[in-house]
Amino acid sequence: MKFDTPATENPIDQQKVIGKSTDRIDGPLKTTGTAPYAYEHKDIPGNVAYGYIIGSAIPRGRIGGIDTLAAKTAPGVRAVVTYQNAGELDKGDFNTAKLLAGPDIQHYHQAVAVVVADTFEQARSAAELVDVKYIKDQGNYDLSKVKDSAVSPGKTNGQPADTSRGNFDEAFASAPVTLDETYTTPDQSHSMMEPHASIAAWDGDKLSLWTSNQMVEWGRGDVAKTLKISKDNVRLMSPYIGGGFGGKLFVRADAIMAALGAKAAGRPVKIALQRPLIMNNTTHRPATIQRIRIGADESGKITAIGHESWSGDLEGGGPETAVNQTRLLYAGENRMTSMRLAELHLPEGNAMRAPGEAPGLMALEIAIDEMAEKLNMDPVEFRVVNDTQVDPENPERPFSQRQLVKCLRDGAEKFGWNKRNAEPAQMRDGDWLVGMGVAAAIRGAPVQKSAARVRLETDGSVTVETDMTDIGTGSYTIIAQTAAEMMGLPLNMIKVKLGDSSFPVSSGSGGQWGANSSTAGVYAACVKLREKIADKLGYDKGTAEFSGGQIKADDKSAPLIQAVSDKPLEAEDAMEYGDLDKKYALQTFGGHFVEVGVNAYSGEIRIRRMLAMCAAGRILNPKSARSQVIGGMTMAAGAALMEHLAVDKKRGFFVNHDLAGYEVPVHADIPHQDVIFLDEADDKSSPMKAKGVGELGICGVSAAIANAIYNATGVRIRDYPITLDKLIQDMPVAI
Amino acid sequence: MKPFTYQRAETTQDAVRGIKTPGAKFIAGSTNLLDLMKLQIEQPAHLVDISKLPLNKIEDTEEGGLRIGGLVTNTDLAANERIRKEYAVLSRALLAGASGQLRNKASTGGNFLQRTRCPYFYDTNQPCNKRKPGTGCSAIDGYSRSLGIVGVSNDCIATHPSDMAVAMRVLDAVIETTDSEGNTRSIPLEKFYVLPGSKPNVETVLKKDELITAVILPKPVGGTHIYRKVRDRASYAFALISVAAIIFEDGTGRVAMGGVASQPWRVKAADNQLPNGAKAVIAKLLENPKTTEDNKFKVTLAERVLDGVIKEARG
Repeated sequence: MKFDTPATENPIDQQKVIGKSTDRIDGPLKTTGTAPYAYEHKDIPGNVAYGYIIGSAIPRGRIGGIDTLAAKTAPGVRAVVTYQNAGELDKGDFNTAKLLAGPDIQHYHQAVAVVVADTFEQARSAAELVDVKYIKDQGNYDLSKVKDSAVSPGKTNGQPADTSRGNFDEAFASAPVTLDETYTTPDQSHSMMEPHASIAAWDGDKLSLWTSNQMVEWGRGDVAKTLKISKDNVRLMSPYIGGGFGGKLFVRADAIMAALGAKAAGRPVKIALQRPLIMNNTTHRPATIQRIRIGADESGKITAIGHESWSGDLEGGGPETAVNQTRLLYAGENRMTSMRLAELHLPEGNAMRAPGEAPGLMALEIAIDEMAEKLNMDPVEFRVVNDTQVDPENPERPFSQRQLVKCLRDGAEKFGWNKRNAEPAQMRDGDWLVGMGVAAAIRGAPVQKSAARVRLETDGSVTVETDMTDIGTGSYTIIAQTAAEMMGLPLNMIKVKLGDSSFPVSSGSGGQWGANSSTAGVYAACVKLREKIADKLGYDKGTAEFSGGQIKADDKSAPLIQAVSDKPLEAEDAMEYGDLDKKYALQTFGGHFVEVGVNAYSGEIRIRRMLAMCAAGRILNPKSARSQVIGGMTMAAGAALMEHLAVDKKRGFFVNHDLAGYEVPVHADIPHQDVIFLDEADDKSSPMKAKGVGELGICGVSAAIANAIYNATGVRIRDYPITLDKLIQDMPVAI
Repeated sequence: MKPFTYQRAETTQDAVRGIKTPGAKFIAGSTNLLDLMKLQIEQPAHLVDISKLPLNKIEDTEEGGLRIGGLVTNTDLAANERIRKEYAVLSRALLAGASGQLRNKASTGGNFLQRTRCPYFYDTNQPCNKRKPGTGCSAIDGYSRSLGIVGVSNDCIATHPSDMAVAMRVLDAVIETTDSEGNTRSIPLEKFYVLPGSKPNVETVLKKDELITAVILPKPVGGTHIYRKVRDRASYAFALISVAAIIFEDGTGRVAMGGVASQPWRVKAADNQLPNGAKAVIAKLLENPKTTEDNKFKVTLAERVLDGVIKEARG
């Protein structure tokens, strides 16, 4: 099915199942510990051995030699695989560095070997006996030092490195009120709860891989390419995922080393990437340096807006696209954006929840707050004045739907924004300085081709099969809701099977495209199944309705089960997209409001309450959508207040590479969150009229926190995370 | 983890005899040693499990104080009625540390012997004089935000992570031990830890065969008890700095600080300055600090936080 004209009324609009707050259909499996995650599959053919990965001890250089003799002869050891005996390997299309190092080392903790043994403890113990000689090269590990050598990265995800309209320089120079500031965001780690984990089993040339991966088809392709085998010989299964956040978009060393280890040992092998390796072995969100310039007239209208961003990556990698939102968020006749990429020899950077917008808004939305203050305007009002209903870089291109102003205005009212004192450091509650902050959020709502197979079973139930993943987002449930709505069945008559490369290829989970795209694919397949049922039972497929387990037309009806008296009826289709997303800017919006307390003595920052007003098209399942948004807000609180991979600029690695050193928020950091969704349906997005919320929730929140801290203290910090050491230098002594 | 032998000691005598085994270590709550063994930072050849020894009582002493068995859990100690009423700083420090699950397992004796949380200590690829003597210190010119500013050496700037020990220091706790010969001794906490100097791998005066059997608290001194732990996130994080203070109505008192040194940090001359305010105390307590770019904020922070503590005590 092709979606190339705006959606008209369709069965989803009934909203009998869709749009209702619905418990996760996979919830009982998870709460009883019976949902098999990648490391936990029991039905593996053969006696499973354990792999333990050895990460490089140097950030850059070469392996001078590897002595594996002692390890190979250690108790229980079945194989030790290094580049010397792994056979020739390629590199996955989605990987920047190779997943098995040698002889070159490209980054710290890059896998140099896997030890396979009968037990995990034996593998770990023997790993210590592998003697790797390293020859170290110099490298660049400090973004600020290599910033000036950065070059244009060319197009990234189809977007140019530079954009401009009007004459920014002239307009900025002549603007009566201007801002020119630099903001920095650090490297961040996804730090999902479930580590990257895989079980690999070979049957002759055929590889079965149970792994934790957001994108089954990308993964299947890259496993095949890396191992230099046919894609047809790879079956990849990822039915349950304990968090990904972009860190599991790509095949990582656990999968490849499990496959290599299993081949060498002649047995299935399971590997969970050790937690202390994850921060340096896998991908991370790259640090940025961002310069923002804004010029406005006295009425508060932006006349010039410029945003430049610098980031670094290994050779062949890409930039953090931190200027994305500035191309779309605010009006302004004269504008420019620019991204520059420097070569760094830290581990490879890549997507993390809302890549681009998350760090970009961390900077832009502080700048907007600063600008509002310069203009002596309320920051909500300043944003409203500069709203735009068209893509400001291409004014002939409207937004499909844009209710940012409503998010901000309604949010301000719900939050009690009028109680904020615009003058900083005026509100106090005991030892705590109290402040409020606001920020706008914008995040793209991309669509991806997605296919599904639906089957009316002989018992009258419907089975959905697609290689879509559920990374904790609730995909199982919204897919079941979609099929239930389309087929006129109750939710408990729908069975959903996900995350298996033997199923039709879906959009996968990433870029907050999963919910809308994967359900649209199920919609397409259901349309086809409805037609088959209508044909079989002699109904007009154009007008037949499906409800209450029946097919209905005019004055007649029949139970669906009649269509499958002899055998199941199956239909498969994909939703593909035309150019609506070119003609219209498809985006999601939010208004974030935060109240913080800053301890007047210590400078400790504690969030007191948060509100998100979201406009994101039709909300398929308000319950799991809310979970997504509060999760995003929590992650943004981490980004604002604590999360940073500390770079050892001399030794070339992320030092705090475990969950003791890399702090993420705990419950005590997040006392109160409210989420409100505007009632929307976007007919340009898909027949589902939905968009996505998984990344919207992290966008803008960190800046709202930063702005609240400024409002509380009068100290403006432009370097994330905002920690007490940065504040107390300038905070007045408490009285 | 290297293979090791294991023995469960039934009596204290058993335990101190078992520890004579080459490469032996005591294990009680397993909240620190086991993690370090998994990372190959500690590699004992033999473990003497002391968790079943009868050292889990809290008893009154003749002097009016308390004798806390070495195996009393952090949870039980924090909840003890006399600790909460008369040594409140200790209860508060304990509850500021770790998590409920860890406190249920962690022992009083073991808490004193926690290893540092310096990130370089945990990465066996990196030089660390504490983990591998003579290899150098990565932290001094590396990432040192959480590390020490007083009592540090050119070979180590690690901090001691305990909250409990900081309160114990301000309470003038005394550690009781017994060794394999059956000798017992009492070690005031101020003499228990040794500065890193050129041997940061040596952290206490304990001999290899010496077991902590109890901690003695002198009789209560009264005053207002405050434990103030400062950290980036609200719970489950080690202190950037912490302050344990007992302040009397006349403004005199005692103060110990965590997160600034390889041991809970207390200076007699600093105590004497309490009536003169935080600035005067810190001038003595953190005299001639040896800071890095990353951790120099701790001096400012310490003064500001102590200022708040003094004001809180004065009401």
